[in-house]
Amino acid sequence: MAILEVKNVSKTYKSGNRVLTVLDEVSFSVDQGDSIAIVGPSGSGKTTLLGLCAGLDAASNGSVKLVDKSLESLTEDERAEVRNQHIGFIFQNFQLLPTLTALENVMVPLELKKNKDARQIAKSLLEKVGLGDRLGHYPTQLSGGEQQRVSIARAFANQPKVLFADEPTGNLDTETGELIEELIFRLNKDQGTTLILVTHDLELAKKTNRIINIRGGKVQEVGNG
Amino acid sequence: MGNNSWVLKMAMRDFRKNFSKLMLFVSAMVVGIAALVAISSFGDNLSKDIDSQAKELLGADLVLGNNQPIGDQEIDNLASAVAEEINFASMVAFPSTGESRLTQVRALKGDFPYYGRLETVPEGADKSFRDGGRKALVEKILMAQFNAEVGDSIKVGELTFVIEGELQKVPGQTGITATVAPAVYIPMEYSEATGLIQYGSRLNYQKYYQLGPDIEIELLIEQYEEAWEEQKVNYTTVESRRNQTGRAFENLANFLSLVAFVALLLGCVGVASAVNVFVKEKVASVAVLRCLGVTAWTAMKIYLLQILLMGMAGAVVGAILGTLLQYLLPAVFADFLPVEVSLGVAWTSVGFGLITGLFVSVLFGLLPLLKIRKVSPMATLRPDENNISIKKDPLRWGVILAILLFVFGFSYFLLGGVWFAAGFTGFIIFAFLTLWSVALLVMWSIRRFLPISLRYTIRQSLSNLYRPNNQTVSLIATIGLGTAMISTLFFVQGQLLDEVKFADKEDQPNMLLFDIQTRQVDDVVKALEKRDLPIMQRVPIVTMALESINGINRKSNDTLPEEERRSRGLYNREFRVTYRDSLIASERLVKGELRKVEQAGDSIFVSFDEGYANRTGVNIGDEIIFNVQGRPLKTYVGSFRDVKFNQVSTNFLVLFPENVLDNAPKFHVVITKTKNDRQAAEVQSEIVRAYPNVSVVNLGAIVETLEEILSKIGFVIQFMAFFSIATGIVVLISSLIISKYQRMRESILLRTLGASSAKVSSINTMEYFFLGSLASLSGIILSFLAAFLLSQFVFQLPFRPAWKEAAIVYVVITALTVVLGWLNGSKIIKRPPMEILRD
Repeated sequence: MAILEVKNVSKTYKSGNRVLTVLDEVSFSVDQGDSIAIVGPSGSGKTTLLGLCAGLDAASNGSVKLVDKSLESLTEDERAEVRNQHIGFIFQNFQLLPTLTALENVMVPLELKKNKDARQIAKSLLEKVGLGDRLGHYPTQLSGGEQQRVSIARAFANQPKVLFADEPTGNLDTETGELIEELIFRLNKDQGTTLILVTHDLELAKKTNRIINIRGGKVQEVGNG
Repeated sequence: MGNNSWVLKMAMRDFRKNFSKLMLFVSAMVVGIAALVAISSFGDNLSKDIDSQAKELLGADLVLGNNQPIGDQEIDNLASAVAEEINFASMVAFPSTGESRLTQVRALKGDFPYYGRLETVPEGADKSFRDGGRKALVEKILMAQFNAEVGDSIKVGELTFVIEGELQKVPGQTGITATVAPAVYIPMEYSEATGLIQYGSRLNYQKYYQLGPDIEIELLIEQYEEAWEEQKVNYTTVESRRNQTGRAFENLANFLSLVAFVALLLGCVGVASAVNVFVKEKVASVAVLRCLGVTAWTAMKIYLLQILLMGMAGAVVGAILGTLLQYLLPAVFADFLPVEVSLGVAWTSVGFGLITGLFVSVLFGLLPLLKIRKVSPMATLRPDENNISIKKDPLRWGVILAILLFVFGFSYFLLGGVWFAAGFTGFIIFAFLTLWSVALLVMWSIRRFLPISLRYTIRQSLSNLYRPNNQTVSLIATIGLGTAMISTLFFVQGQLLDEVKFADKEDQPNMLLFDIQTRQVDDVVKALEKRDLPIMQRVPIVTMALESINGINRKSNDTLPEEERRSRGLYNREFRVTYRDSLIASERLVKGELRKVEQAGDSIFVSFDEGYANRTGVNIGDEIIFNVQGRPLKTYVGSFRDVKFNQVSTNFLVLFPENVLDNAPKFHVVITKTKNDRQAAEVQSEIVRAYPNVSVVNLGAIVETLEEILSKIGFVIQFMAFFSIATGIVVLISSLIISKYQRMRESILLRTLGASSAKVSSINTMEYFFLGSLASLSGIILSFLAAFLLSQFVFQLPFRPAWKEAAIVYVVITALTVVLGWLNGSKIIKRPPMEILRD
């Protein structure tokens, strides 16, 4: 059963009198529990595609159906609700809230869902990613790898149906990157989450079930990971 | 997602790390709130003190006044005590030095004041000078001017008095009154013998009554009002004096609150500008929250709540500072206060300050905060592409409208008139827009025309003005407006003094001798001519009252419907008129013509000052009957003149033709020109010695008095303008701290590229120099405009730009900016480059 359906999606921007097409008639679907990688060179439109799939932005044409909801028919606040209920994110530059401790960062999605055990769940997730002794640290007090681990714990906190990851190891050294990859795939498998990741790294892409190769805003090929 | 407790929790979490930064943001409004609370508290306490010291303000329960002797009144028998006074302006001379000055002589009989007392040194002199003998009390300002001491002599008219005491304070009188007309008290029994009570003297007769506790003053007034009206006697009660003084000080407090409000508004601009920077820094966090499912409004509420908290904190700090600041104010306003002011916490003012602070911080913080609603979650993936524009957002316009309404509402509350409030709001909009436009224009010009060939240090420092988050425009607006206020004050003050000094040109008179009796006038003229002084004007003056106009006398005027009724002042006024068939330099004919009286029986056509005629509703052709010393004289209004009253000259509201008043009792004014101050002093001394009743005013003395008064008023205005400058400084400091990290990065980058610390330091210093220059020049341009408008439309003087004062203001403000920037920047330069890499 498809948890994400992308049909004829285009995204255009106006730049002066010119219309710039970033995505052109892209279609594909992803089944529940599947893992896919979107790959392509810089400027090919892969981050734009990720943003549209996750409901962070609206398509110019076409439709995106995520967890049975047509995103184009929802308001921005309704899309926010969908994200909170069903989606997790991991970013290249971690995107932790700098004024919150590691524990508080992980608690945010749970608190938004009014989960009474937010603290307990966040704590156990941080322990799972190996940061049980860093709960009260602020992002600036953590290394890049540690920050990404907090970000992973936050992404899995609300038990998302779909996890979107944008170059999750892009800002990390090889060794730390491998640990993070291992962590993402392990948690993904444990929780049965659908994983959609954007990467330059073909090695990482191969670890997913499917690879969508995008060039010049068009899907070139869909291959197996 | 509207979970309020979660919003509160998130706000508090964020607040922990932002506390010092946010405190810095709201610090800009602390000065304004402090000024507002201080002035308002002071006003509240002053108003209470005026109420509680109302009797001391008047010194009696009832005062009757007239320019004729008041005579016996029925209420003399009802009163428990009565005192009398005759007061008039006259020269007094100090025989030991031969110097003299125009003063207010008060001849007193009785035990006035009944409430409060004449404070004297030595104590008790206020009683002993009435014990008999020729003793006088002399105002301290006069004693200081002539280095006189208690026991010295003072000559009032023909008589010499011993100075029994130095007057420190007279009930109800302010320092300013003493500066304009210092008082000399003498016992009334000698008033006739001074020779000053004669025809032409402007005498005021007053009777002070102390009434028993069982007398209802309102009933008493009701009973005698008509009779007093008939006798042209005016009356003042404790209540009327209290209302009059209270109203005057309420107006003053409101005006000063308005000045404080301007400082607060400047602070608000600082708050809005700083919150704008805060929002820019928060965009990334908001984008993350949006990704995690937080709605736009909820995200905004997290930050709005923090602004609310800090607004509250800023308001509390401002209110505390304001309450403390209030203790400084009696010293600032010392010369203007008629009562002793008690100080203390005025809770209504504190509450007023708190609510205002809270309200403005939210209102002005909201403007940039609205941007948070527009932060896209996509900013997490593309942080560099998040250009938020809310220019078309209706809510933004709603907030701007709310700000304008707030400014209007606040000024309406203080000024109490729709047009005043609209004018003030218009001025604020105009001033901000002007400064904003000047700042934008200058910055655009620099960017557009900055030549690449310019020295690197200068080019880099000018480019730094465009640094993101530099707040250049808002700094120019805040410091500029403060500068504008101070320099407008300097310019106008300088212009008024210049105007008076300017009168001392070749052909302009500089000495005026008045109250000369007809029998003395030839001798006075001879004495002046003996010294080779020109007699520039020799003017006879006749006093008269207006009996009726177009057949309507005072009584019938009172019965007319209000819209037809003329001002009572027209009938009560003592007109001092002269006669001649030609105009003098300070006047010009604007309507009708001057018509001569060739032979007895010709109709008499008089000429009115146009402004006075317009104010009192007098028209060309009106028939006016004057009462000249008991004899009615029928005249017609033949012409209007535009009279310039700001020149050393004799100017008259009413001008008669010749051959009408030749035989009427009169006195004279002679106008001359002395060569220098020394000659002026010698002439004054000689005339006053020979003719004690003649009063002499010379330009030097006028300039001196004017300078003294202006410096006293100027001090108060400077004190108030200080709040605006202080706000500008706080905004400057906070903006320097806010942009510190960026400055640090830049200077480290420059040093990494090989620039010496001295080079970096000179780039920074130049940047502050340009910033200070832009701000002060913008302010000076605005103040030139304000001074021009004031001189054209208020003072009606030709505008002369005050270049010297402008240069001083420019140097001081620019130097202040450079020093502050330099103090802040020196730490940045000292940071080792590695620190930024670790950051």
